[in-house]
Amino acid sequence: MNDMRYEAPDTIDGAVALLAGGRGEVRALAGGTDLLVQLRAEMIAPELVVDLKRIPELRSIAAEDGGFRVGAAVSGAELGEHPGVKALWPGVVEAVELIGSTQIQGRASLGGNLCNASPAADSVPAMIAARAVARVAGPAGTREVPVEEIAIGPGKTSLAKGEIVVSVLLPARPARSGDAYLRFIPRTEMDIAVVGAGVSLTLDESGVCSAARVALGAVAALAMLVPEAAAALVGTTLDEAALERLAAAASGACRPIDDKRGTKEYRIKVAGVLARRAALIAAERAGRS
Amino acid sequence: MPTVSMTVNGRSAAGEVEGRTLLVEFLREHLRLTGTHVGCDTSQCGACVVHVNGKSVKSCTLLAVQAEGAEVTTIEGLAQNGELHPMQAAFKEHHGLQCGFCTPGMVMSAVDLLNTNAHPSETEIRDWLEGNICRCTGYHNIVKAIQAVAQGQGG
Amino acid sequence: MAKDTDTGADTGYMGGDKELKWVGTRPPRPDGVDKVTGRAKFGADFYVPGMLIGKVLRSPHPHALIKSIDTSKAEALTGVKAVLTRDDFGDRSSEFVPAGEMMVNYRDIVRNVMAREKALYEGHAVAAVAATSNAIAKQALKLIEVDYEPLPHVIDAVEAMKPDAPLLHEDMITDGVEPAPTKPSNVAKRVEFTIGDVEAGFAAADVVIERAFDTSPVHQAYIEPHACVASVSEDGQAELWTTTQGHYVARAHCARLLDMDISKIRVTASEIGGGFGGKTVVYLEPLALGLSRKACQPVKMVMSRDEVFRASGPTSGAHMKIKVGATKDGKITAGQAELIYQAGAFQGSPVQPGAMCAFAPYDLENVKVVGWDVVTNRPKVAAYRAPGAPISEYAVECVIDELAKRLGIDPIDLRLANAAKEGTRAAYGPKFGPIGLVESLEQAKAHPHYQAPLGPNQGRGVASGFWFNIGGETCASLIVNEDGTAALTLGTPDIGGSRASLCMMAAEELGIEYDRVRPIIADTASLGYTFLTGGSRATFSSGLAVIEAARDVVRQLCERAAKIWEIPTDAVEWADGTAKPAGANAGDFEPMSLAAIAAIAGKTGGPVVGHAQINAQGAAPSFGTHLVDVEVDRETGRVTVLRYTVLQDAGKAIHPAYVEGQFQGGAVQGIGWALNEEYIYGPDGKLENAGFLDYRIPVASDVPMIDTVIVEVPNPRHPYGVRGVGETPIIPPMAAIANAIENALGIRFTELPMSPPRVLKAIDEMAAAE
Repeated sequence: MNDMRYEAPDTIDGAVALLAGGRGEVRALAGGTDLLVQLRAEMIAPELVVDLKRIPELRSIAAEDGGFRVGAAVSGAELGEHPGVKALWPGVVEAVELIGSTQIQGRASLGGNLCNASPAADSVPAMIAARAVARVAGPAGTREVPVEEIAIGPGKTSLAKGEIVVSVLLPARPARSGDAYLRFIPRTEMDIAVVGAGVSLTLDESGVCSAARVALGAVAALAMLVPEAAAALVGTTLDEAALERLAAAASGACRPIDDKRGTKEYRIKVAGVLARRAALIAAERAGRS
Repeated sequence: MPTVSMTVNGRSAAGEVEGRTLLVEFLREHLRLTGTHVGCDTSQCGACVVHVNGKSVKSCTLLAVQAEGAEVTTIEGLAQNGELHPMQAAFKEHHGLQCGFCTPGMVMSAVDLLNTNAHPSETEIRDWLEGNICRCTGYHNIVKAIQAVAQGQGG
Repeated sequence: MAKDTDTGADTGYMGGDKELKWVGTRPPRPDGVDKVTGRAKFGADFYVPGMLIGKVLRSPHPHALIKSIDTSKAEALTGVKAVLTRDDFGDRSSEFVPAGEMMVNYRDIVRNVMAREKALYEGHAVAAVAATSNAIAKQALKLIEVDYEPLPHVIDAVEAMKPDAPLLHEDMITDGVEPAPTKPSNVAKRVEFTIGDVEAGFAAADVVIERAFDTSPVHQAYIEPHACVASVSEDGQAELWTTTQGHYVARAHCARLLDMDISKIRVTASEIGGGFGGKTVVYLEPLALGLSRKACQPVKMVMSRDEVFRASGPTSGAHMKIKVGATKDGKITAGQAELIYQAGAFQGSPVQPGAMCAFAPYDLENVKVVGWDVVTNRPKVAAYRAPGAPISEYAVECVIDELAKRLGIDPIDLRLANAAKEGTRAAYGPKFGPIGLVESLEQAKAHPHYQAPLGPNQGRGVASGFWFNIGGETCASLIVNEDGTAALTLGTPDIGGSRASLCMMAAEELGIEYDRVRPIIADTASLGYTFLTGGSRATFSSGLAVIEAARDVVRQLCERAAKIWEIPTDAVEWADGTAKPAGANAGDFEPMSLAAIAAIAGKTGGPVVGHAQINAQGAAPSFGTHLVDVEVDRETGRVTVLRYTVLQDAGKAIHPAYVEGQFQGGAVQGIGWALNEEYIYGPDGKLENAGFLDYRIPVASDVPMIDTVIVEVPNPRHPYGVRGVGETPIIPPMAAIANAIENALGIRFTELPMSPPRVLKAIDEMAAAE
């Protein structure tokens, strides 16, 4: 077994050059919490691991256009301690804080969770609901990609060789907006989502929902936006009938598998339940009385 | 092979390691600090929790080379000047262990909890311990030991 | 369970009026500092110069003929020092020996340790290598070429009983069936325990309830993986350091499997990171010794968590039918059970103890229990805390609860009306002595928990449990040091604090301070054969040996004092930690303390050392009752345990904190068993959840504080009244939680685990039916 080379560049260009130039299997490490488990299990045998944690742009959180640009290697713990982000996008922060246990959150990152491309990644539905946009740097320059377009299948991303996610922009949002993320796991902790639901919405002055985004995780090969579920909310006061339609639309969008974590029918049912519960929390955060 | 150097329990420690060597392997195999335990392959059990730059971290979730220049404290470095750390004393006095295998990780996590939140509720303690599993105690006396330290009634 | 014979010692109950200084107190454990500072050495913590790393190649198939194994490429790899296959082990004839409360067969152990004719489960060891590094050992495994012929597999025990099921052992003829079957099958054994006439009993019943139940295999899930270091010298002398519940038992197994003299193997038990029955058998030890013997270098082997799940024993899953009849006023007239336990790849499921325990909490005239031991393509089951009993008693306790509801009788009252008590003849044979079931039920009923109000979607459940507890061969030595301190040499590895309890009994007997007794767990060459820590026997059996050794010391101390005073030995008595003249006629001498006698022991005959070698008899069963409150989320099927109370008869709690610890730990393991733990297999016969992510043992936030009540009905066969306590606590939780869920939802679950998908499905089906 050849040894694995480890590099920790301190610039984006340096990281891109290393990743683009690697001959064998090359991996970028943001938090490393999943990568090292795969490494130990010999699911991967990279020739080169490029640690992104020393690149300042990937470690910073900065205000931008009324929103926040979050570096891809910012840990869940760091994000949780940022009062600005937590105030603006509490659902996203909650979702990121669900990645791994306390003793992992100091390492697990938003970018790693995104690029791991797990259909059950907790942060992804919340970011999709938040209309987050990833900034991707690579040999051909920089491009902006909606987060839902990063993963293209379980474990597969749209990133080209040498490309990395540098940061994610959590955008500005209108007044009277709120978001929430809920997941179901069999235990209270230490599990991978059986179902995840992220909801972001805005209310008008009369309490009518004027905009909404609903995203689901772990119920299909990819975390996905469910426009018909959002449509069930828009124009309503989130009355019982609207919530019923939301739940039905969320359940209807599911294309889950049976596996050791849950049955198809279970995931379909609970997706509706969580979408509904998340919508109510989001509405409360938006100031619904 | 790359070399790595860090401060472990207040003393400088350096060695040649393979790139894939985990921090926990460096601590156990190279430094023979076997108080940091390994109970799983997938970063769940928490028996390997140490402090890296003052924060509790599962030492299987970073490569040894990633700890270059870091301040690492293991369970062996917690007692000072012949005195148990109050958390160690509390686990002993309040019977916060049965087999003792999860204990080093539990103690290291619990110390970090009280550094972060000096007076946690029972719920906050249990939530914080989400990454440390114990099969013997049902967690009851572990929670009590931590509560005792928080209330100034450690060992 | 064993026939009573006297140990020769006066070890009867001393009565409850003796004032005790240490017994019943809660001092810190002798190994406490080692455990909280990282000093304690567990199985993987031993390092020996020149040590090789051993690794195991495991079958990827659940069932396959092994046509050939070619190790030549692995052996040629630089750094590989030894390779082991089936060819390195001689075959063993069928011979059953005890392992905890279960029996194992050497013919099977040799095949489980290293596959012979066939690989019988995914993860079955097929070869082992020792190399100079972990990486080389892993690389060597990849170079071993095994020619498998995959065979059809069978995972479920009921499927395995069908006539056309894939056959694991071509020569397995069901034992216990008359006339003996002519054809082989996967059914190893039939057992039956009957008293009275169940048909007459059911005929006399006003209400009969019949239910079928299924449980999934669950793993002991000790946090420390199996690990050992073996070192065999050129002349065949072997040292073995291993994490085990019984180092003498491990020695016996290794000697037998490797054709070695017992005297040539010295085994040292490391600190043990949990066992719960799972470390009563050998997996790595014979391989490490075999590799070391070939390489003439020390070999260390440590299992990964994945290997622990795939290749070490969980307990059985089961399919059960229970039938109970009762009169309108709540008198149970008959109990009947059919138990099918899957054994894994080799016979020896705990169906026999399961069958014996099923109705043991009740005083019944008519009982019939039939059990079947069935092999399947899964890892061989190992003991897990009261092996067999949690499964059968879960099913019976659910039916008892349903009976109470049907009859409109409080479930505790129904149990009280039928509870086993002193003089009850158990269906499996013996008459009970004094037991504490009634007391545990009465205290449960009086407990504030039982009366506390419940909210919406909440329910309360109750269930009782019974376990035998065992004694067995045990040695202990108590050495009086020249300064009056003492060294206590024990043969039962300490898993949960037994060293503290045993030192307390020694201090109590000698009349010295607790912290002046220093315990060690002796290696196998330093103390006589001692059966393993299991069967809730360590505090009981080693306790009896310690008390006897201490009384031996006291006798010698009295002799020394007699010698010094020049009076007859029987004129000296031991009281309050001193030798005194027995009465006015004995003479007028200043009492001599243990320290004073020890200081001049050299002049009075040499060192004072007490010893005991016993076959401990008189182990007494422990009964308990659990109360639990749950809340069910009707939209997700999640069950949350809100409140939990364990009430159990300990006989006498030597160290109450450690007794409570057993109650708490057992209850939480039971909560995991009830709600989330299970072995999940794919259609390919491969285990899908071999890790702590998807094998879901409870985490801290899953459970509440576990309240405990120690009931004390003394065991008349122990000086302090001790019963075993470690196993009974895992028996009631599954039924208690099922009964609580029924109370919350009106739905009776008959399958474990009661995981969210299963619960939600039942809720939706009930809603649809309405």
